[in-house]
Amino acid sequence: MATTLLLSAFMISIVALAFFIVAMIKGWFDPDARGAEVIFARDEIGHTEDPAASAASRHALQAGAGARDGPPDASELESRAAADRSTGTVTFIFLSCAVAWLVAASLAGVTASVKLHAPDWLGAYEWLSFGRIRTLHLNGVAYGWTPMAGLGVALWLLPRLLKTPLVGANFAIIGAIAWNAGLIAGLGAIAVGFSDGMEWLEMPWQVDLLLVAGGALIAIPLVLTIRARRVDHIYVSVWYMGAALFWFPVLFLVGNVPGVHFGVQQAAANWWYGHNVLGLFYTPIALGTIYYFLPKVLGAPVRSYALSMLGFWTLAFFYGQVGAHHLIGGPIPGWLVTLSIVQSMMMVIPVLAFSVNMYLTMKGRMGALLHSPTLRFVAFAGLAYLASSMQGSFEALRGVNTVTHFTHYTVGHAHLGMYAFIAMALFGGIYFIMPRVMEREWPYPRLILAHFWLSAAGIAIYFVSLTVGGWLQGEAMLDAARPFMESVALTLPYLKARSVGGILMTLGHLAFAAHFAAMVLRLGPARDAAPAFGHLEARNA
Amino acid sequence: MRSEKPLIAGAISMVAVAGFLLVVVPFIQLKDVGPPKGLHPYTTAQQRGRDEYIRQGCLYCHSQQPRDRSQAPDGARGWGRPSVAGDYYYDRPHLLGTMRTGPDLLNIGARQPSLDWHLGHLYQPRAYVPGSIMPGYPFLFDVKDSAEPGERAVSLPPGAVPAGKVVVAQPRALDLAAYLVSLDRTYPVIETARP
Repeated sequence: MATTLLLSAFMISIVALAFFIVAMIKGWFDPDARGAEVIFARDEIGHTEDPAASAASRHALQAGAGARDGPPDASELESRAAADRSTGTVTFIFLSCAVAWLVAASLAGVTASVKLHAPDWLGAYEWLSFGRIRTLHLNGVAYGWTPMAGLGVALWLLPRLLKTPLVGANFAIIGAIAWNAGLIAGLGAIAVGFSDGMEWLEMPWQVDLLLVAGGALIAIPLVLTIRARRVDHIYVSVWYMGAALFWFPVLFLVGNVPGVHFGVQQAAANWWYGHNVLGLFYTPIALGTIYYFLPKVLGAPVRSYALSMLGFWTLAFFYGQVGAHHLIGGPIPGWLVTLSIVQSMMMVIPVLAFSVNMYLTMKGRMGALLHSPTLRFVAFAGLAYLASSMQGSFEALRGVNTVTHFTHYTVGHAHLGMYAFIAMALFGGIYFIMPRVMEREWPYPRLILAHFWLSAAGIAIYFVSLTVGGWLQGEAMLDAARPFMESVALTLPYLKARSVGGILMTLGHLAFAAHFAAMVLRLGPARDAAPAFGHLEARNA
Repeated sequence: MRSEKPLIAGAISMVAVAGFLLVVVPFIQLKDVGPPKGLHPYTTAQQRGRDEYIRQGCLYCHSQQPRDRSQAPDGARGWGRPSVAGDYYYDRPHLLGTMRTGPDLLNIGARQPSLDWHLGHLYQPRAYVPGSIMPGYPFLFDVKDSAEPGERAVSLPPGAVPAGKVVVAQPRALDLAAYLVSLDRTYPVIETARP
């Protein structure tokens, strides 16, 4: 049975891949280069745009891109402004929640990190013990910051991409209330010790119902807006974000359904969920974010639209089946592990498709990184996607996994994905979006710079220390001649370095949150002059 | 792409294929696996202790899945034979774990059967294992002048408890220790080699 299953899985993979390659060659999915241009108004290509940049940087950004043709089509820019106005309130609500969860989850993360090398610190408080605060950190990031930020960016982007105002924004607002209420209840439950006991699925299933209801409500305006679209072509960002919004409830329901899963099978289902929530929810939202902002800032469409299609479909196919690589060497059927290892390796295809595409788009325009804060975050995220996905593919190989499994190496890898890739992409998106939402510029551009470098340095220290420390820990555990405690003791300096990295990241988040608050409360220098807004600038030109 | 239909159809079929392979097929394949002869259901106290193990998040640092000797020297460390699916027959939720910040615990009851050791170690791990980074769980214990009848005073190494006081285990500490002592899957099973 096992061999048949494996063989048929690979046959399906190969047939599916062949189908999509043929489909793209034949143009069934419209791999029309013009598809990449829907994010621009007529005559807008060549116009750079970054509302997060100061006036001087915007001019430098445009100067670096060369001369532009005429002003973009004014009526299209007006309708984009109308799309923006329709999303202002709902985007503001989602992003505000995101920032609050980011700060809370960062503090929880630092606390958990310090406790690993100072185990008696705050030891008398049950809810602050490592097992709880680490879980609060994970759930705060996984269900607070990331989805709130990702959905906020998605809700803001889709009307722009579909060239129509957002339909049914109130459903999303009610959904956000239900979601956050559920999350508060879920985190409270974890803090006092009510947990379903599975990684990524800790929140009690009764609370999960609120998140499911909230998620469904948030999806309603997206469906309605897609139906009301005024574009012929659905841009690739909509694919990623739309699919993510469809996939998440399926995953979350199957993973959480009580009373069905058992024993080892539950472990397989647990990691099917655990890896897919990364691969089929956060990742596509972040990729959709990059696919919009990177070309938009540069004023240049993505180089190969066919590659972006290939990337989407191969991600959709391969990513769903990689989860069992979390159980290599475990008591689950061998074919399951083999399947996941192979599909993990196949993930190289979508990753390279994305990375090559982004590189070709950036090529010759690298100077823009100096002038555009949005682009800095988003390009960093794109590079981190390449790095973390390639690392993940190789980490699934049995020989590597034998060393890294059960060690801090995996934690380093997870943060390369969730932070250096996903969080950085969302930061970039938020820096671009908020000036449009609040109709004012970021008051303190230096804080954006501080945030970027604190985050970049923090995650670099974090990743390098856990990667090295985790690898040494794994090698120590594999050597029966060395006592187990040696594998604990040798990680201590690396765990301390990780805390330093985490504190830097948290400082970056505090700068970000303070800046966000100043923006919202209209504090700081009033730099609200019209040039913040590309279409006005163009019209005045 | 002009229509959303291929997107919806593709997204549904891809997540369905993945769910079928990783959730449905293992369900069918494993649902008839029974408990090995030597495995007993958890007693009420042990099950309460298992719930406490989850409440305190022990699973985030301790795995419960010794690996095959061809892959790792788990057996040589005394962590037991490689586990098989039947070993988890009574486990809901599963607690296989993904980290070994601390050692594997699937057979901790076999290698450390002393309830006293576990109680004391839960109160202050560093009194037993120098250099341990495991958190203590002092909130599962009460520090008193003397133990009342029916209470269990924990025997701790000198210095771990204030002079003139005794450390008394709360019921949930006793349950947790009972669960840890019960973790013993050293009975024989037919080992199928893992790939």
